[in-house]
Amino acid sequence: METLEQVLTPEEQFQARIDADVRIEPKDWMPEAYRKTLIRQISQHAHSELVGMLPEGNWITRAPSLKRKSILLAKVQDEAGHGLYLYSAAETLGTTRDQMLADLHSGKAKYSSIFNYPTLSWADMGCVGWLVDGAAILNQVPLCRTSYGPYARAMVRVCKEESFHQRQGFEIMQTLCEGAPEQKAMAQEALNRWWWPTLMMFGPKDADSPNTEQSMKWRIKRFTNDELRQKFVDMMVPQAEFLGLTVPDEKVKWNEERQAYDFGEVNWDEFWAVVKGNGLCNQERLQARASAHEEGAWVREAANAHAAKRAAREAVAA
Amino acid sequence: MLPQNDSRVAAATPATAPGPLFPFVLQLADTSLILAHRLSEWCGHGPVLEQDLAMANIALDLLGEARSYYQYAAELEGQGRTEDDLAYLRSAVEYRNPLLVEQPNNDFAHTILRQFLFDNFHYHLLKALLNCPDTQLAAIAEKSVKEASYHLKWSSEWVIRLGDGTPESRQRLEKAIATLWRFGEELTTATPTEKALQELGVLPDYATLLPAMQAHTAYVFAEATLPLPGPVFGQQGGKTGRHTEHLGYLLSELQYMQRTYPGLTW
Repeated sequence: METLEQVLTPEEQFQARIDADVRIEPKDWMPEAYRKTLIRQISQHAHSELVGMLPEGNWITRAPSLKRKSILLAKVQDEAGHGLYLYSAAETLGTTRDQMLADLHSGKAKYSSIFNYPTLSWADMGCVGWLVDGAAILNQVPLCRTSYGPYARAMVRVCKEESFHQRQGFEIMQTLCEGAPEQKAMAQEALNRWWWPTLMMFGPKDADSPNTEQSMKWRIKRFTNDELRQKFVDMMVPQAEFLGLTVPDEKVKWNEERQAYDFGEVNWDEFWAVVKGNGLCNQERLQARASAHEEGAWVREAANAHAAKRAAREAVAA
Repeated sequence: MLPQNDSRVAAATPATAPGPLFPFVLQLADTSLILAHRLSEWCGHGPVLEQDLAMANIALDLLGEARSYYQYAAELEGQGRTEDDLAYLRSAVEYRNPLLVEQPNNDFAHTILRQFLFDNFHYHLLKALLNCPDTQLAAIAEKSVKEASYHLKWSSEWVIRLGDGTPESRQRLEKAIATLWRFGEELTTATPTEKALQELGVLPDYATLLPAMQAHTAYVFAEATLPLPGPVFGQQGGKTGRHTEHLGYLLSELQYMQRTYPGLTW
């Protein structure tokens, strides 16, 4: 009797494991395209954590109370930690952090389009937590069951902290909305700016998303962009109403038949412009990351040189 | 003499003149807050992700410590001010942090050396405060000394790495020493307020901290293969409200929201 290995090609065996919901691990055989897709997606995810430190870091020195300042600082610290988990997860696929960073700095690798929007008021810290982290969670919770083990395990840890951040963001919004009229106005103004960019975080429409089908077959992705975007709107519109805020979309309306909200069309021209590097902050964000890396080169070199000297001394002593 | 082991009594009776404890606790609070502010400016701009994380972590520890001190100071003062009133609604000449901690980040070597000079003092001060007759200060010290020992380890290791790293890192560290060493002496020079507390036995005589501090510096500099810096003219003033020009800008940024929207809850 022939064994499965003799009957099935490596690709077919791989797909059979995926279909049986068996996690793929670093030493397992995997199609080159699967490896590449994952490197692209995980590193993009890691870069987003890294670049995402900037818009919020922008407000740490100006946070309006010591308590808020400390929560924000803790959050940005968590994001650096998420970046570390994700770079490590990507490295299990055979790339290096240096390579991934070089791709980020050259513009070859992307990061989430949302971080190319500026943080202009304190209420933006509320919106980033409530909406942006809310969108991230919808994207990321299904990734806790993604087919690649190291990525799935990183996401379990990331999601725990993200949901905490999201609650904190909502709490900022709630405090503003229950506060003075100028605070409520600040909250509404921020929502007006962040609403559409957050809807863009789910990526292009399914019809314009060429990778989706393959990613779903490999169970890297579990829901399509449009499915997640709909879930987000359904979740957020009632929350905005609870806060007494208005979502900046005249077409938002409950659809009894679909049991979901109808909503207007995302400005896809803006989306593609931002993805291609032409958003308001693309240049600043990339520049900030690239100069941090360049200006830090001598520090990394010093650390390496010292480690080498120390190792040499210890070898002599031994 | 302050009531032994019952700082709450002192706090509850502000009418009998606040005494030196209030301005001193405020000085500790300002010091931790301003240094936390400087470190948080690195956020997202560090030389490597691990050090971004480390600096945010230290900033967070210091901010937590500052909040404990501000809350205690507000209690000692007994005028109904909050931690935020004290941090956000005092002017530069009312701030009591030593000059060292308000110095700009400059490059990583300056940040490290500033941190090292501060941590070496901070750690040894907190250790001494564990025996403070003021129970509240002793309790804050007990929590903070654990964090400060981590900070001192981190900054000491980086002084060693940079000193005994590459010619460039050594040169940058030497430049940082030339810029910042003159601010070290203020940390262990008692102001009239600190002297009064030393006489009351609340604070240790700073001279008693010096041997351990100097021994640690000597050890770190030897490991860093750097000569110990010679004596320099020590700049003073921050602890009595006479600051460098840097503080005004820092406070403008720190206080902008509370100044623009006074009296609101965030």
